Amino acid sequence: MPVRGIISKVVGPFVTAKNVIGLHMYELVRVGSEGIIGEVIGLSGDNAFIQVYEETVGLRPGEPIEGTGKPLSVELGPGLVGRMFDGIQRPLHVLQGMAGFFIRRGLTPNALDRGEKWFLHPTAEPGSKVSGGDVLGYVDESPVVKHKILVPPDVKGVLEYVALEGEYTVEDDIAEVRWGGERICVKLMHSWPVRKPRPYRYKIPPDTPLITGQRIIDTFFPVAKGGTAAVPGGFGTGKTVLQHTLAKYADADVAIFVGCGERGNEMAGLIDEISELKIPGTDQSLLDRTILIVNTSNMPIAAREASVYTGITIAEYYRDMGYSVILMADSTSRWAEALREICGRLEEMPGEEGYPAYLTTRLAEFYARAGRVVTLNGEEGSVTVIGAVSPPGADFSEPVTQSTLRLVKVFWALDFALAHKRHFPAINWLTSYSMYFDSMKNWYEKHVTSDWVKVREEAMNLLREEEELRELVALLGPEVLTEAQRLTLEMARMIREYFLRQSAFHPIDAYSPPDKTYHMLKLILKLREKMSDAVERKVPLVELLSLPIVEEIARMKILPYDEFKKSVEKMNSEINEQIGRLIEKVIRGEEA
Amino acid sequence: MKSQYKRVYSGLSFSTVKEIKGPLLFVEAKGVSFGELVEVTTPTGEERLGQVIEVTEDIASIQVFEGTSDLEVEKTRIRFTGEPVKLRVSMDLLGRVFDGRGRVIDGGPEPIHVDEWNVHGAPINPYSRAHPSEFIQTGISVIDGMNPLVRGQKLPIFSGSGLPHMLLVSQIVRQAKVRGKGEEFVVVFGAMGITADEARWFREDFEEMGVMDRTVMFVNLAEDPAIERLLTPRLALTAAEYFSFEQHMHVLVILSDMTYYAEALREVSAAREEVPGRRGYPGYMYTDLASIYERAGRIRGGRGSVTQIPVLTMPEDDITHPIPDLTGYITEGQLIMDRDLHRRGVYPPINPLPSLSRLMDAGIGSGKTRKDHKQLSDQLYYCYAEGVAIREAAMISGEAGLTERDKLYYNFADEFERRFINQGVYDDRDIEETLSIGWELLAPFPEVELARIDPSLIKEFHPRHGLRRG
Ligand SMILES: Nc1ncnc2c1ncn2[C@@H]1O[C@H](COP(=O)(O)OP(=O)(O)OP(=O)(O)O)[C@@H](O)[C@H]1O
Ligand SMILES: [Mg+2]
Repeated sequence: MPVRGIISKVVGPFVTAKNVIGLHMYELVRVGSEGIIGEVIGLSGDNAFIQVYEETVGLRPGEPIEGTGKPLSVELGPGLVGRMFDGIQRPLHVLQGMAGFFIRRGLTPNALDRGEKWFLHPTAEPGSKVSGGDVLGYVDESPVVKHKILVPPDVKGVLEYVALEGEYTVEDDIAEVRWGGERICVKLMHSWPVRKPRPYRYKIPPDTPLITGQRIIDTFFPVAKGGTAAVPGGFGTGKTVLQHTLAKYADADVAIFVGCGERGNEMAGLIDEISELKIPGTDQSLLDRTILIVNTSNMPIAAREASVYTGITIAEYYRDMGYSVILMADSTSRWAEALREICGRLEEMPGEEGYPAYLTTRLAEFYARAGRVVTLNGEEGSVTVIGAVSPPGADFSEPVTQSTLRLVKVFWALDFALAHKRHFPAINWLTSYSMYFDSMKNWYEKHVTSDWVKVREEAMNLLREEEELRELVALLGPEVLTEAQRLTLEMARMIREYFLRQSAFHPIDAYSPPDKTYHMLKLILKLREKMSDAVERKVPLVELLSLPIVEEIARMKILPYDEFKKSVEKMNSEINEQIGRLIEKVIRGEEA
Repeated sequence: MKSQYKRVYSGLSFSTVKEIKGPLLFVEAKGVSFGELVEVTTPTGEERLGQVIEVTEDIASIQVFEGTSDLEVEKTRIRFTGEPVKLRVSMDLLGRVFDGRGRVIDGGPEPIHVDEWNVHGAPINPYSRAHPSEFIQTGISVIDGMNPLVRGQKLPIFSGSGLPHMLLVSQIVRQAKVRGKGEEFVVVFGAMGITADEARWFREDFEEMGVMDRTVMFVNLAEDPAIERLLTPRLALTAAEYFSFEQHMHVLVILSDMTYYAEALREVSAAREEVPGRRGYPGYMYTDLASIYERAGRIRGGRGSVTQIPVLTMPEDDITHPIPDLTGYITEGQLIMDRDLHRRGVYPPINPLPSLSRLMDAGIGSGKTRKDHKQLSDQLYYCYAEGVAIREAAMISGEAGLTERDKLYYNFADEFERRFINQGVYDDRDIEETLSIGWELLAPFPEVELARIDPSLIKEFHPRHGLRRG
């Protein structure tokens, strides 16, 4: 018997119901005579506080509410990849078919298509003992995602039956597990409550960088597979573009983008782009590995609050298949604001700036669902979480930024000053950090080159020196600089302009393979070494800076990888020759 | 307390006002629904509109759009309509002027309507959106060249008191066109809290330029009730959605001034004794503003569009104030007016550096504007930012220490302001002209400095290579 009650109050997306003894916290409820969906977010005596996932205009006190006995859950099975869902996993293309171009309330289509058939390749043997996470078979969900059909986490026993190879819908029984006298049917899909992390065996420390093709990230501030990163920045500093870029180019098996309380046009842009672009190094469409969860700023905020959980639960599901998954949440601040709304309406004691006192706990629970794990079936999988933060007035001392910084290990600080100069990505190289670099050194030395750590340090030192010199100039004027110091400034400028700056919209520059990134930096540092030599031998800096090789270095980022590879040697020798000639000229001048 | 209860039309009528607080009325009533429209009759018989913003089993909280002055607990009558607030829509709205809650104020007859639309609209399904990509030529270089507008975008103007945003809005309305297409924009103007003079100026201006017959205005004046401002932009956007999604027209919506809108929002929040967010504005202001700004856009396969140009004045020119800040977090860029440029006589005083059009990349380039557009604008940005930094440094430490390179940038900054940003109110430059001014300004630089432009484009478009265009 479902618990029934009566609406006693409606204010915005929040409804209070009375006479509801027996409802559970986080239980889904049907609200009003239209039966729109809500979730219990507070209980007190025989009253329940409910957040409603849809528009509440027209609801009246006195209308019924009814419990469903279930918490908010997502459907997990083939048919997720390449699709766009709202915050509570309603497929948006299906909603369009049902209601047209505008979202209407009261529609509850299934997340996974019940009619679609998937070709199952069974791999498990009947008679064997199975438990949660074991692989029963797989279907090709897309050309790049081999969707493993797992025994649901809470099921174990003897495998009585496995379906033959063939086509099945997500609801067909494809296996049967016996546990004592009980028989449990397994289907291609199962559901899982979004607020409950999916189990795994244990976590292992991340040690492999997530290659992003973004030079500043891959060089200075890498995130590990299974790690966490935050991207705070004022409006227009490039959080969304960066996250879109990661969705496109990061080397993950599955990418999940959660558009949480942001713009609709952006999501339209993202889906257009990933439909056209290929996964780097392959001929497969990016759409074939991407899942979009979209609850824009004008869609109900309760569903916005749910969207990050919907996203991370789906991420864990693919992790459990042994994949490396990345999840981008844009923006976690909008989720925190939804929490603040709830806190305000429940008249809970607010913490800083009106956010609930449990803000940090919620954020921590969310980021804790990232990680590199050994799955229930002994495979390795990971979920990398990258959260955008939108601090009011770009003030990083506000609660959401501060709480997040205590939880994540990578901090990409976006900067108004850089953005206004159109220096993108506007990641501030002096304040950003990655706490994974040390544990990943080995990987770099093995997979990129043995002097990676050294090269990286040299470049960073140059940028730090630039900052010191700039302070000096601001204080004493440019006349105080020596020629060598001027060179330092010029070289730092080259690193910024020709290396760090990277256009997300240039067809070649948008993705820089790690090997290209390394050699670009190496060439600039080589140029620096030779130029310092020359400056010591009294070659005028202006002459050095107008060498043709400087222009070549300036444009190497837009060279396609193959061409670049071919010209590295030549550029190296050009550096030697062109600077060598200038040095000779000076020496001859002195002799004459 | 005495309670009268009788049915009028479809709604419920009450006269038991329990309490009046700020713009809010608290009424004892049963069976009221959340969000419904309420008609309030004052003791003197005047009619006002309100909306239910909170409802319990026996009390409805109502925000009264025309304010609560002259209301009293005893003699105020309330009629609940059972319906959300709606706008009567039809093509007959064009050419007409309404007040901030939708009453005719131009002396004409009540327009015939074909339908009634909920003023709160419904969110466009994100899956149904088409990514905006059609360049709108405003004829204004600093917009078209550096921060172009596209159909379906929301691009606000951040202004300050005394800055010429009215002139700019009027110039945009006069000049905006999509090149190669005959389609004209329908203009929907939502005015919140502007002065009667300003409203008159706009109307005469629209009449003079001959756009009034494809314009509809909803005007809430400074002396009009503040809470009505919560309704005005929603009326305007509902009309805009009707024209674009039902009549397949391209609509340009001007909303001015969003600062007064936000202040009305704060007033209601304060009266409800909500925990205030930053500087007293409610915590839900982001979501509320988004429910306005997100109503811009295009539908996949649809022929119409809603483009929004909201105008707001930054209190004390402070861009970190919650009104511009939250707006910037929602809109697709911003055009920022700069008091310093204005003082130096530059019109339009839009500072390109903090300004942004996020849909620029989708809207420009080959086949849309010209293939060199993006890189040229990147280069102009870089040079202007450098030039401004050098100019500022020189103001402190003098011009003596400037190198030859520094001087080039310094001069560029001055010339860029004088020739590129600055233009006449009636100067309608096509995009080729804008781009060629840009190239001319870059001509003094050695080519190695133009690192943001591909050499092939420099060859094709740089004046030094003899191919001057425009
Ligand atoms: N890597 C990049 N390359 C080129 N342009 C970029 C890059 N990153 C950002 N931009 C520019 O900056 C603009 C703003 O970026 P974006 O929309 O990502 O900002 P945001 O931080 O997400 O802002 P908001 O918080 O308001 O959503 C983009 O529209 C684009 O013009
Ligand atoms: Mg963004």
